[in-house]
This record gives sequence, C-alpha cells and structure tokens, in this order.
Amino acid sequence: MSAVAQPERPDRLALAHLWVGFALFLVASLLGLYQLLERNGLVATSAATYYQSMTLHGVVMAFVLTTFFIVGYGYFVTVTSLGRPIPWRRLAWLGFAVMLAGTLVAAGAIASGTSTVLYTFYPPMVAHWSFYAGAALLLVGSLPWTVTTIAMTVRWKRENPGRPIPLPQFGMTACAILWSWTLVGVVIEVVFQMLPLALGLIETIDLGLARALFAWTLHPIVYFWLIPAYVALYTIVPKAAGGYLFSDEMGRIVFVMLLVFSLPVGLHHIFVDPQQAAGWKLMHAFGTFLVALPTLLTGFTVAASLETAGRLRGGRGLFGWIRKLPWGEPVVVGGILAAILLLPGGFGGLINASYAMDTMVHNTMWVPAHFHLIFGGSVVIVYLACAYHLWPKLTGRRLRSRGMAVAQLWLWFVGILALTIPWHVVGLLWMPRRTAYSPYDPEIVARWASYTTPMIVGGLLMVVSAVLFLLNLLLTHWNRAAEPDRAMSYADPLEPVVTVPGLLNGFAVWNWLVLVLMLIAFAYPIGQFFFIDVHEALPWGAK
Amino acid sequence: MHIHPLERRWAWIATLMVVVMIVIVAWTAVGMKIHPPSNVEPIDSTQLHRTDEFAEDNLGVQRAADGTVVARLVMARYMVRPSEITLPAGVPIVVRVASADVLHGLHVAGTNIGTQVVPGYVSQVRTTIHFADVAKIGIANPDGSVTVPIYCNEYCGLGHQSMWGRIKVTRQ
Repeated sequence: MSAVAQPERPDRLALAHLWVGFALFLVASLLGLYQLLERNGLVATSAATYYQSMTLHGVVMAFVLTTFFIVGYGYFVTVTSLGRPIPWRRLAWLGFAVMLAGTLVAAGAIASGTSTVLYTFYPPMVAHWSFYAGAALLLVGSLPWTVTTIAMTVRWKRENPGRPIPLPQFGMTACAILWSWTLVGVVIEVVFQMLPLALGLIETIDLGLARALFAWTLHPIVYFWLIPAYVALYTIVPKAAGGYLFSDEMGRIVFVMLLVFSLPVGLHHIFVDPQQAAGWKLMHAFGTFLVALPTLLTGFTVAASLETAGRLRGGRGLFGWIRKLPWGEPVVVGGILAAILLLPGGFGGLINASYAMDTMVHNTMWVPAHFHLIFGGSVVIVYLACAYHLWPKLTGRRLRSRGMAVAQLWLWFVGILALTIPWHVVGLLWMPRRTAYSPYDPEIVARWASYTTPMIVGGLLMVVSAVLFLLNLLLTHWNRAAEPDRAMSYADPLEPVVTVPGLLNGFAVWNWLVLVLMLIAFAYPIGQFFFIDVHEALPWGAK
Repeated sequence: MHIHPLERRWAWIATLMVVVMIVIVAWTAVGMKIHPPSNVEPIDSTQLHRTDEFAEDNLGVQRAADGTVVARLVMARYMVRPSEITLPAGVPIVVRVASADVLHGLHVAGTNIGTQVVPGYVSQVRTTIHFADVAKIGIANPDGSVTVPIYCNEYCGLGHQSMWGRIKVTRQ
C-alpha cells in the first residue's frame, strides 16, 4: 500500500516508548556480559550478585524491552497503516507512565536484593511484594495499547465495509489479541497467588496451579514478541528492499495461525514436572509442532518477496538476485539476518518440543542457547533494524550512520552465533543452566573449558554492538541533515488485494476457536488442582 | 484470494514436514514408550522426615523384591541426600525423589534421569542406565565403575550452584 495520509502521528509517544526499552536494553546487555564473565570465573563477585543480575537481565530483556518496543512500534504502525490518529492520546500516555512506574518499582525491588527470584518467579520462592506489583503495573500499563489497537481495527472495519484491513494492522491486531489471552495465566498467578503470598495474606501456595498458570503464559508471550517482527518482515523489509510482498493473504493466514496455535501448547514448558499427566503433555507437544507451520510459511514468503526485489533490481540467475539486494539498507540486512537465524533457532525449539528428547536437554545450557538465539537473533535484531528505519521518520533527522548500522547488525549476528553455538554444545555435555559458577569435579568442568573463549568473544561482540546501536540512535537526534522522507509506507502485495474472505479480515471466529482450544488444553491441567488433595508449599526467600 | 501456485506447493510441503514430526513424536511415545516423568503423587514436603519412605535411614539404593533397583533421594537447599549413591547399569531402576523445601531439578549426566522436583509431589523416573553412555561423559574409577554428577538443574536460591552430588555407575 502506498503512503497514506498521516494525521497527528504519535511520533513522540513512539519515541518515548522505544527510548525506555532501548536504554534498559543496553543496561541488560552489560549485565549479560558480566554474568558470562562471572560464571566462567573471569570476575569474582558473589553468587548473590550473579543471580540478582540475572533476575534484572531477564526481566528487562523479556518484559521491559519487548513490551515498550511493541507498544511504541504498535501505535506507530497502527496510525500509519490505517491513516487514523489515536483516539485516546491521554490514555496512551497514561499507559506509558504506568509501564514506566512498574518498571522502576520492579527494578528497585531487584536492586534492593530482596527479589532474586529470576524473571520466571519460581514459587515457592517469594520476592518482595513490590517486585510483583511492579511487574503487574508493567503489564497493566500495556492494556491501553491493547484496547486502542483492537478498537481502531473495529472502527476502521465499520467505516470500510468489505475492504481488507491493511496487513500491518491485521498483524498488530493479532498481536494485541494474543497479548490479552497470554496475560490471563500470569495475571491470575500474580494477583491471586504471588502478591497475597508476598504480602502475607495467604500462608501457602498451590504450586501445581501456579506452574500451570505460568505455562499458560510462557509460550504465547514469545509470539507476542515475534509478531511485530513478522509484521516488519512482511510489510517493511520488502518495501525497503525495493520490492513487493509476495502474498498478502499468506501473511493473514500466518498471523491467524500464530494466534490460534501458540496459545494451547504451554505445557511443553513443564514436560518434566511430575504433577501433570503424560497424556496432556503429549497433546501439548503435538500442538507445539503446529506452531512451526506459520514460521515455515513466513520463511518462504519473505524469501520470495526479497527475490522479487532482487530481480527488480536487475538480479539474474538462480542466486544472482541475492547479490543485488540493498545490503547497505539496515532494515533489509536485519530482516535477512533474522530470517537466517530463525532456521537454527527454530530447529532447537523443535528439539525442546519433542516430548521424548526434551528430558535430555531440559534446564541444561541448551535451553538458554535456544532462546537467546531465537530471541536475540530473530526478534531483537528486527527491533534494532526497525529502529534504524523508524528513527529518521520519528525525529526528522537522517540516520547518523547507515554504515555503522549495517556493521552493528552483522556484529550482533556474529556475536549471537559465537555465544549460542558453544552454549548448545555444553548443554549437550550436560552443563546445567543458571549456575553462578561450576563447583563440580574438575574432570567434568574441564570438558566445557574449551568452549569458554568463543562464548565470551560472542558476548563482547554483542555488547559492542548494543553500544553502537544506542550511539547511532542518540547521534541521529542531533544530526544536522534533515530526513527528506518522513512518510511511513508499507510493501504493496505483488497482486493487489481487493477482497479477502471474512475469516481473514477479522478475529471473531478465531477468538471462539482459541477459547475452545484453551478449554480443551487447560481445563483439566489447571482444574485438577481444585479437586486433588495437594499439600500446598510454604513460602521461602531466595537465601 | 490468490495464493501463488509455488506458495501453495510450499504450504503442502511445510504441512507434510509438521505431520512427519508429529508422527515421529507420537511414535517415540506410543511405540517406543518414552515418556517424560509424570507422576501425580502428592506428599507433604514439610514432613518428609516423618514419612517411612523419605526418612533419612530409608534413603539411598535398595533392591525391591522383584529385582528392581530403587533409589530414594531428598533434595533440599543446597544438597542432595544422599550425595553419593551407587547404581548398576543395564538393569531397570526407579528413582524416587522429593523436595524438602523449594523447587529443584534432578538431572544425572549421561542418563535419562531428569525431572523437576516440585514440593508437594514425589517425582519418579523409571529408566535403565547404559554404561557406554555414562562412560563417555563421566569420570572413570580404578575399579572399572564410572562416576557421573547429579545436578540440581533448577534455580533454587542463592546457593543453587553448590547443589550437586555423584552417582557411581557399576558395570552390570
């Protein structure tokens, strides 16, 4: 679709969200490097400091960076793809303030050393109540975005009967709906279990229930992070590469599949828990493989879109079009690198999802290797690449250095591989994850030693890359050269889309399907704890 | 609606790939009978020492009447009790483990012994240790046995890394 009229664009709102996310991203990157050095014995602090750092690293990367990026980017994409202003601007700023307050409260709790429970909570360990309150505020603060995104889609459809919702907004609406479903599990856990326990209002906690509720959230949250990246791959990258989107309809099918398939599969996070029967685990395993389908489809459509661009730019032959792609365009480079890393990242995920094989790798270094590769390599790299694309449009200043931006993305790509390939290997050599150091028998530790150097090089490259990223954004604000093209436009499909079936132009039916699937997938795994006679667990601090 | 013929073909290939993977996983479960360690068996984790099964003098390795080897362990911050046990390779074994406090994870290098240890439940793993597998990863002893580490593999507090033990695996 070509550039639409862009009345009252929420540029400052988007910038505020993105800056908070990226500034804390830098802090969390530095913490990551410290943890790498600490657990490999190159700096000696204390185990308490290590786990405290890991808690902050996880909370910032998984909850703060993602939520702030998605909300800021989401408002911008919605307004620019629909050509409508945000109806409730004050509410949006209120949401931002609540998210920021929540982040500061939770960070304060972690910094005080009272809340070293990691970002996955792990009851019956209990943090200071302000840790959960902060986390809850961060989540609640994102709700104005959720409501606004869905409401704007509904209103647009009413005003444009029969016309297809622009694909970027279709994707972001799927994301907002997915987020609403995702939050249900963790919000119930925090409000009815963790907060009352931390405040001393209840004395014990039903762990089977808490773990099932967290599992509800833990898989779809990953797709909440991923959908905005896919929106960029479908609608921003092909345009920036000078081509067309290969198929608008396939994009819609993919976003629907991500919404429907990613929710009823969370038990794969607790495959080796005793308190869930094997049959339910097997069912969730099958569902998990279905989630691979939209990603396989996306790989094809994105590659085909890029090929179209490469050929339009004069590329010939089977692979000649690859050379002709704009390798100096940051958002294109980031998109391609993300798609490449999706292959090994997705492969590792399929191993984890394998009902029988998971036990071998569960909670070894293989697991952080997998999610750093897929999160850092396929999600965050697209966030960074999008920032390069959006900053000139948001600030009206030219990007300070496109060369540095491209180099930064390549550094990140090399760094994440250098970090996670050794992690996968030591995971297969049974190294447990989340240990401050390795006090085991020296012969055992020696088997991991040769992998230390590459992972530290990888971590260093990633930190250098993160610094270059922030520097480039910061200097862009003071760049004297004005950006001539502030209009945001998205890729046109190869074949214009005049009408799409109702099923691919709304989510009502899909929401009902999600409800049915969630009832099938979770009614018993959650409901059983209200019937079986369990001994609830007592709360413990992290010490 | 237009889906390009190439894209349609790829969609079928992708679907087929997913179906093949699901069939393989179903085969490992139903055909090969490999299951993750499910065992919905509640226990009062605060009273382990007062139960017959997990009282201290009953922990360790015992041979049941039917010849099965049963190992009973308690995990508590930040130790595995008993911290060293001996298990034979090549025979069916059952590992039963309970937590006395918070969430732990039991993982034994070179074996299929891996389970979360959730307070309130007894975790149980049935398996057979293959000597060649533990020999690859473990420490060879002068008597021909191999020692492999037991790890707590779930963050359980500030001393988590110190929570580990050893299993001596003897050749059957």
